[in-house]
Amino acid sequence: MQFIRSFKFLVLVSLLVLPIFFNQIGMSFYLDLATRLCILAIAAVGLNLILGYGGMISFGHAAYLGIGAYAVGIPAHHWLYGGLDFLATTNGFMHITIAVVISGLFALLTGLICLKTKGVYFIMITMAFSQMAYYLFVSIEEYGGDDGLVINTRSEIPLITLDDPIQMFFVSFVSLIFFMWLIHLITNSNFGLILKGIKDNEARMISLGYNVYLHKLIAFVFSGIICGFAGVLLGNFMTFISPEMIDWSRSGELMFMVILGGVATVMGPLFGAIVFVILEEILSSITIYWHLPFGLLLIAVVLFFKGGLSSLLSK
Amino acid sequence: MDYTLLLIQVLNGLQLGVLLFLVASGLTLVFGILDFVNLAHGSIYMLGAFICASLTYVLESYLLAIVLSLPIIGIIGYVFELFLARPLYARDHLDHVLGTFGAILVIDTAAHLIWGPAGIAIPLPDYLDGQISIAENIEIPTFRLLIIVVGLTAAFGLLWLVNFTRLGMLIRAGASNRTMVAALGINIRSLFAIVFALGATLAGLAGMLIAPITEASLGMGNNIIITAFVVIIVGGIGSVKGAFVAALLIGLIDTLGRAFLDDLFKIFMSTTAAENSAPAISSMSIYLIMALILSFKPKGLFPPRLR
Amino acid sequence: MHDILKIKNLNKKFGGVIATKNLNLSILDGELHAIIGPNGAGKTTLVSQIFGQIFPDSGQVFFQDINVTHVSEYKKSRLGINRTFQITSVMKSLTVSENIQLATNTIQENWFNFFKASNNQDYILKKIDFCLSQVGLVKAMNQPVANLSHGDCRKLEIAMALASDAQLLLLDEPMAGLGPTETKEMIALLNKLKGQQTILLIEHDMDAVFALADRISVLVSGEIIATGEPDKIRRDSVVQSAYLGEM
Repeated sequence: MQFIRSFKFLVLVSLLVLPIFFNQIGMSFYLDLATRLCILAIAAVGLNLILGYGGMISFGHAAYLGIGAYAVGIPAHHWLYGGLDFLATTNGFMHITIAVVISGLFALLTGLICLKTKGVYFIMITMAFSQMAYYLFVSIEEYGGDDGLVINTRSEIPLITLDDPIQMFFVSFVSLIFFMWLIHLITNSNFGLILKGIKDNEARMISLGYNVYLHKLIAFVFSGIICGFAGVLLGNFMTFISPEMIDWSRSGELMFMVILGGVATVMGPLFGAIVFVILEEILSSITIYWHLPFGLLLIAVVLFFKGGLSSLLSK
Repeated sequence: MDYTLLLIQVLNGLQLGVLLFLVASGLTLVFGILDFVNLAHGSIYMLGAFICASLTYVLESYLLAIVLSLPIIGIIGYVFELFLARPLYARDHLDHVLGTFGAILVIDTAAHLIWGPAGIAIPLPDYLDGQISIAENIEIPTFRLLIIVVGLTAAFGLLWLVNFTRLGMLIRAGASNRTMVAALGINIRSLFAIVFALGATLAGLAGMLIAPITEASLGMGNNIIITAFVVIIVGGIGSVKGAFVAALLIGLIDTLGRAFLDDLFKIFMSTTAAENSAPAISSMSIYLIMALILSFKPKGLFPPRLR
Repeated sequence: MHDILKIKNLNKKFGGVIATKNLNLSILDGELHAIIGPNGAGKTTLVSQIFGQIFPDSGQVFFQDINVTHVSEYKKSRLGINRTFQITSVMKSLTVSENIQLATNTIQENWFNFFKASNNQDYILKKIDFCLSQVGLVKAMNQPVANLSHGDCRKLEIAMALASDAQLLLLDEPMAGLGPTETKEMIALLNKLKGQQTILLIEHDMDAVFALADRISVLVSGEIIATGEPDKIRRDSVVQSAYLGEM
C-alpha cells in the first residue's frame, strides 16, 4: 500500500518536474508532450466518472473537447474580427464559463435521450450525438468550417500568460490535480456510492428507491463539463481547432486510455493517458502510418486479454 | 414552386436512402442475428469503392469491375468474420466496439498505404453518363436512376431471402436459438459466416455505386458508419424492414433538408439569418429526427421481437 | 385490524395468457402473510404488479389506503414497501457495509452530497451494526460481498430489508438455494423479524411457510383460491386438490 502510494506520488512529481527540466536544457518537446498529456488526462478523468465508476459506455466524449475548444476560439474570433459583440471576449473565465454551460447543456439534452437506452444502443446514440456536434461545428463557415479555426489569441487569466509554454503546462498540470482530487471527493461521497451501486446492479438500486435515471444524468453532465474544461485548455494549447479533434475516433482513444489505465480509480486515467501518449510518440516516430500498428495492438489486447478489455471494466 | 427541382431532390434523397439501406442492412443483420457490433462496416464500404476504382482502371470497364469486386469484398468479409468477429462473439459488446475500432484504424491506414491520401475518381462509361427523360421536360442522370434500381432490387432481394427462402429461415432460426439449430445438424458457423459476408458485400456494393459520384476517398467509411447507425437505431436494431424504412426516411430528410431548409426558413426569418442557420440545422437534421423518434419509441420504429 | 396492503380485482393478460385473474388480497398490518402456489401460478407477475415493474390491465393496489397502482418502481420503495429478490440481488463489487448503507434512507435522502459521505455518522454506524447483528453478519461488515457464501448473501438481503425501515416487506423465496442448516437459521431469523415489520412471504418450502405464517393465501392460475390461517388452509379440500394434494 505504501509502495503504491509512493509510486503514484513519484509519477506526479516526475510529471511536474521532468518536462520543465528538459525545457530548461533546450528540449521543449517534452514540455509540449507533457502539456498535451495533462489535457488528455483531464478528459479521461471526466470520462472515467461515467465509464469507470458509473458503467456508462459513452463513445461521444470527443464532442465536449470540441465544445470547450470552440468556447475559446469563437469568442476570440469575434474579439479580433468583430461581430457578435456579446460573445467577443478574451477573458479566460468567460471562456471557461461558456464551455461549462454549453458542455453541461449538451450533456443534459443528449443525456435525457441516451440514458433511456442501454448497452450497445447507448454507445451508438452517444456516437451519433457526438457526430452531430461535429457536423454542426464544421458547417459554420465563419468559424472555418472544414478547415478548422485558428485561435489567434489565448484566454486571458489574471497573473498568468498562457503564451508562455511553462505557464501553460503549469495551468494544465494544476487543473489535472484539481480534477483528480474532485473525482476522489465525489466518488467517496454519498453520490459516488450510489453511482457505484448503479454500475453494479441497476435493478436493485431502483428497487431500493433510487431514481437511477436522474443520478446517471447528473453524473453524465458532470462528466461532460470536465471534458469541456479540458477542451478549453486544448484550444489554448493548440491555438487551432481542427475538426479531427472532435471526430468520434478521438472518443475511442479516450476510452482506450480510461479502460487500459484502470477504471474506477483516481490515477487510472492519467496512467492510461501516459501509455497512450508514449505509444503514439514511439509508433509515430517509426512510421507516419502509426495508426496501423496501434490498431493491431488494440485488436490484440482485446482478443488476448483474459476476459477481454471489458473485464477490466467490471472491476 | 419549382417542381422539377423538388423531384430531382426527392430522387437524390431516394438514392441516398437506397445506398444507406445497402450499408445499414448488413449492419442490422449482423447485429440482429449474430449479436455483433461492427464499427468497421464503414471501412468495408470504403474498400468496395477503392477496389472497384482500381479494377475499373485495370479492366477499363466499370461494370466488369463491379462484377469482380463483389466476390472480392465477400471474401474480405468472410476473412474478417473468421479472424476478428468469430473470436469475439462470446464477448461483451464493448469488446466488439473496441476490437472493430482497432480494425478501422488498421483498414483505413492500410488503404492510405495502398491507394495514397487522395481519392480516386471513377469515370462512368458513356452509356451511363447521360440523362434519361422520365417525363416531359424532366431529365435525370441515368446513373442515379440505376443506383435506385439496383438498390431497390438488392433490398427486395434481401427481404425475399430472409423471409421466403430456406437459408433465410435458417438465419432467422439461428438468431433465436443457436444451440437448437446447431443440434439439428446445421452448421451455425458457416451460416454466420455467410450472413457476415453477405452484409459486407452489400456495403461494398454501396461503395462501388457511390464512388463514380463522390470518388473513393479515405474518410468515406467513417462518415457513413455513423449515419448507418442512426438508420438502424431509428429502424430498430435487427430489423431489415426497419432499416429500409429508416434509410429512405433519413435519405430524404437529409437531402431535402440541405436543399430546401434555407427556403423554408426564409418564410419566417430574414434572408441572412436563414442562410446562416440553415446549413447548420440541416446537417443536424437527421440526428434531431433520431432524437425525436427515440423519445417516443426508444427501441426504434420496428423493434424486433424479444428473443 | 388495518389492511396495510389491499389488492382489488387485479387483472393482467400477456397475449393469450391470463397471468392474473380477478385477484383480491388483503394483508393485515403486522402479520406475516405467506403466498403459496404451484409453479406458473403467477407469483412473479403479481409481485411485479405490486412493485410497479409492470402495470395491471385493470384493478387497484392500495398501500396504507393510498392508490399506488401506477406508481413507478423506485417511488414504491420510498413509500415504505421493500423487497428481496428470488435470485440474490446485491451489489457484489461493494462491501457488506456499503450495501447496507445504500439500503438506508439516509443515503437516499442525502444523495446530493457530492463531496461528503454519510457513512461515518454515528446514526448510520449504529444502524449498520444493528441490522448486521440481527442476521449474524457483524463480523463480515467490511468484507466485499463477492467473498460471501450464498447463505450469507441471503442474510445480507434481509439485513438490507431491515435497514430500509420498510413498513411492508416482500420476501421472494428467501429459502431458495439454502441447505438444511441455513434454512433453519433463516426461519429463526424471519421469526425474529415477524413482530417488527409486516411481511409478505412468497415461498415454496412448506415447512417454513407453516412454521412462520400467520395467514396463508393460495395462488393458482392467477387467482387466490383460499385465504386463512395455516390449519384451515391445510384442511381446505379445494387447496388440497389444487396444490397440496399434488405434493
